[in-house]
Amino acid sequence: MSGVRVLVGTRKGAFILESDGTRDHWSVNGPLFGGWELYHLKGSPADPNRLYASQSTGWFGQQIQRSNDGGRTWEPVGNKFVYDGPTGTHQWYDGTPHPWEFKRVWHLEPSLTDPDVVYAGVEDAAFFRSTDGGQTWHELPGLRTHSTGSQWAPGAGGLCLHTILIDPQKPSRIFSAISAAGAFRTDDEGQTWRPINQGLRSEGIPNPAAEVGHCVHRIAMHRSRPNVLFMQKHWDVMRSDDGGDSWREVSGNLPTDFGFVIDVHAHDPETIYVVPIKSDSEHYPPDGQLRVFRSRSGGQEWEPLTDGLPQHDCYVNVLRDAMSVDALDPCGIYFGTTGGQVYASPDGGDHWRPIVRDLPAVLSVEAQVLP
Amino acid sequence: MIRVVLPAHLRTLAGTGGEVMVDVAGHVTIGAVLDSLERRYPVLEGALRDHVTRKRRPFVRFYACEHDYSHHSYETPLPDAVVSGKEPFLVVGAMAGG
Repeated sequence: MSGVRVLVGTRKGAFILESDGTRDHWSVNGPLFGGWELYHLKGSPADPNRLYASQSTGWFGQQIQRSNDGGRTWEPVGNKFVYDGPTGTHQWYDGTPHPWEFKRVWHLEPSLTDPDVVYAGVEDAAFFRSTDGGQTWHELPGLRTHSTGSQWAPGAGGLCLHTILIDPQKPSRIFSAISAAGAFRTDDEGQTWRPINQGLRSEGIPNPAAEVGHCVHRIAMHRSRPNVLFMQKHWDVMRSDDGGDSWREVSGNLPTDFGFVIDVHAHDPETIYVVPIKSDSEHYPPDGQLRVFRSRSGGQEWEPLTDGLPQHDCYVNVLRDAMSVDALDPCGIYFGTTGGQVYASPDGGDHWRPIVRDLPAVLSVEAQVLP
Repeated sequence: MIRVVLPAHLRTLAGTGGEVMVDVAGHVTIGAVLDSLERRYPVLEGALRDHVTRKRRPFVRFYACEHDYSHHSYETPLPDAVVSGKEPFLVVGAMAGG
């Protein structure tokens, strides 16, 4: 029977959770890299035992760790993330120019076909690629040097490139998202990029419908339908049916359209999941109830999923990289909280239970199906 | 040989325990010790100082013989007690844990 591996990045290390296909009983391995922030771990779709991890602290900077055996052993690889060419400035929170400075890797996205090729989204926002298994990194500067780059401003978490989605049908097409610049698309594997924010409205910027300046929290797609994108924006859940050329709001009956995560069911491209969060500054679930909302119609109509989730006195957050789905049937859904719980549903969201309850604050969750 | 004490996270990263010994040819300056340390443990490149500017990372401190060398230039000679191996050169993570 197939198994599942869930890679969990936290504020104080990484954890690897494993189960067989029933997803009833889980082993917990960790903490790995204890004391370091693990913003993201992800496995190669071409080789599930090839894992990459972004490890950092404010003290000692960035490390990238690689495993070739599913996380049993790790080795540090390259950590030299140097911008290609002059860096110039982006906008600071108050609109003044601020120099571009590398801070950390937020997201690692391995190639769909080559375990040695991996992309990195970093803060301050830029797009890097390694073609030697993470040993060396090279910026593809077309994104950072886009003509709008000097207008980009950080979100509360920094000017971070946090989402990278590869089009499985045309891998040279890649989508990325930056807080608080917006969504971008390349059709030449990162050489050139264009903003894809038409239809987004953000009230916190001078022109609510500007080409850039939108705080996109997360984008998701189903691999069978890469032209259909779903977005959780700072406010608003959005949908595009044309590869990001235009967006329309599908927040519908959500109790709040603020949130961070969004994901798509592995087998039904019209079934999507969000976790509504109260804002502007509270950043915890409305009414102390942790609810995943599911839409079976690609947005607009949403149903709360509560079975097994705390429905009173719950004030955790679910951060943008902290939801994932597995490809088993029925589809498993996973998410982690800032309170250290990792919840799993083995049946598409109908029933939930915590795999672990007391980890450090969870930053990222990635599920892998094992042969 | 120069004795260098690393903070726990960097000892783990470099796969060492306790003190490490580095060989410095010529003048024993702060920069020469750091260069030698990074040559012996390449994984420490970028962890102590910026890859490009070579500036000390803000939360990294350098001490020796009860003296703070964090703000001295890399050309600064280290005391005889460090050169002779009587005292270690300390790489310290700044006290910022809350």
